Amino acid sequence: MNAPHKGITLFNDIEVNSGLKAAIGLSRSDIIGVIRDSGLKGRGGAGFPTGTKWNLAAAATKHPKYVVCNADEGEPGTFKDRVLLTDFADYVFEGMTIAGLATGAATGIVYLRGEYRYLLAGLEAMLAERRSSNLLGKAILGKEGFDFDIEIRLGSGAYVCGEETALIESLEGQRGEPRNRPPFPVDTGYMGCPTVVNNVETLALATCILAKGADWFKAIGTEKSSGIKLFSVSGDVERPGVYELPLGISIGELLTVVGGEGAKAVQVGGASGRCVPAEQFARALAFEDVSTGGSIIVFGAGRDMLMVAKNFLEFFVDESCGQCTPCRVGNRKLLEGVEMLERGQCSVAYLRELAALGETMQLAGKCGLGQSSANAFLSIIEHFKDEILGRDVVAAQ
Amino acid sequence: MLATEQRELGDDIVSLADRHGRNRSALMPILQEIQRKYRHISDYAMQEVARLLDIHPVEVYSVVTFYAFLKEKELGRFVIRLCQTISCDMDGKDKVARQLRNELGVDFGQTTPDGRFTLEWANCLGMCDQGPAMLVNDQVFTRVSPEKVHDILEGCRRVFSPHTAMMKEGGH
Repeated sequence: MNAPHKGITLFNDIEVNSGLKAAIGLSRSDIIGVIRDSGLKGRGGAGFPTGTKWNLAAAATKHPKYVVCNADEGEPGTFKDRVLLTDFADYVFEGMTIAGLATGAATGIVYLRGEYRYLLAGLEAMLAERRSSNLLGKAILGKEGFDFDIEIRLGSGAYVCGEETALIESLEGQRGEPRNRPPFPVDTGYMGCPTVVNNVETLALATCILAKGADWFKAIGTEKSSGIKLFSVSGDVERPGVYELPLGISIGELLTVVGGEGAKAVQVGGASGRCVPAEQFARALAFEDVSTGGSIIVFGAGRDMLMVAKNFLEFFVDESCGQCTPCRVGNRKLLEGVEMLERGQCSVAYLRELAALGETMQLAGKCGLGQSSANAFLSIIEHFKDEILGRDVVAAQ
Repeated sequence: MLATEQRELGDDIVSLADRHGRNRSALMPILQEIQRKYRHISDYAMQEVARLLDIHPVEVYSVVTFYAFLKEKELGRFVIRLCQTISCDMDGKDKVARQLRNELGVDFGQTTPDGRFTLEWANCLGMCDQGPAMLVNDQVFTRVSPEKVHDILEGCRRVFSPHTAMMKEGGH
């Protein structure tokens, strides 16, 4: 497979603003048509078709409308958005502007996680430059009635705000507690208005698709998962970093590219993702198989998988917003269970009860965080039972 | 708090509210700027913000207590946030944590008695390919080793000399 190594090549051969210039010559429905034809799906992890999302927002009759860039990249093991915002932010701003044109929104908001505040000054400077080049502001590139501007708002250290409705709550000056969906943000979003919330990478790719066409994008990847994906690779590999690879690549192929052969497991999708054991490395990284926002954490032969589960559960105990009981209490109970396993004091019957609790959390959690917080634990106890049961206390120290 | 300090804080809050707008969606930016300048959000600050935005003070309190970077208790001049999430954990964050405790003489969640350093845990900082990572205020440090901890802290100490600390403490 002709897979590019470290470094992002996709954006290098696309001229900045060529996507926006192409979009300006198209009607709204044609822009949305190009995005829909490309098969682009949300790169934050949920995989919702971007064209459909834009179309719903465009069809909404309420005004004003908003385009929100979700730059609250908090999923453990994910850092591709940081790289995009550091080296390729023009494409992100351009994608927001295109989304504004397509949906009829005049305001874009970047929700940048507080941990990335060091990126703020550079991003503000780029926005100022885009304003002075008439790429933002009134009558963009001379197109009458096409007004769009972007502001950056900061998060304050809450992982849950990466969930789109929690993000909107935070923008509105509230606690970052997810809302019930429906209504969806495309209908009732920021300030009750139609709002497109897209991941950083999704917006950058939308720019590329407008520049190079839907067919170019569709030719990469699989039928159901078209295009390129940025993978954030960390853990026990020789060459950690951001990799640009076609969707549909198998976990094993990816490990060869990054120097992670001999791994015993890979956590795909971060703390909220799944732990895939070596015997399943032939599985594909794609929406129809192992779906991911791009976080790949590799565990070498010597890693203690119970400690991995413990780290993830500590994360969720910390980051649960506390709104719904399955997530708030469930994660605590699972963590206590892991600590019992660590001491070698957990019966198989109780482990089964914990697994049942995890499944209940998947069903009963209010938001994506709550529903996915047991995933890592469940997949680790499923695949590494021999390793986690019957431990002696010495091993835990 | 001295009356003059309270007046300064009050004036600051008014100008922040004027700049960001006197509406609920201005709450986060206002609180973030108060946090940056005063290193905490006092009861008085919460009441003033609430008054200007015309919301109940408990609403402001509710937001302050939700977000990890907003604090009721005053933080040190330098806030060190060490990433505790899985990739940094595998890269040896425990060693760095021990060295931070040794160098500062305080545990995580605590501030040094001279008010210079606060030590905290952070969840994933997005530097998983270059761990262990930590933030010192807004600046990110990667591949932190126990020895590098010392150098980073020395760098902070040079910026903030004991003289300025005494001046500040003398003012209370």
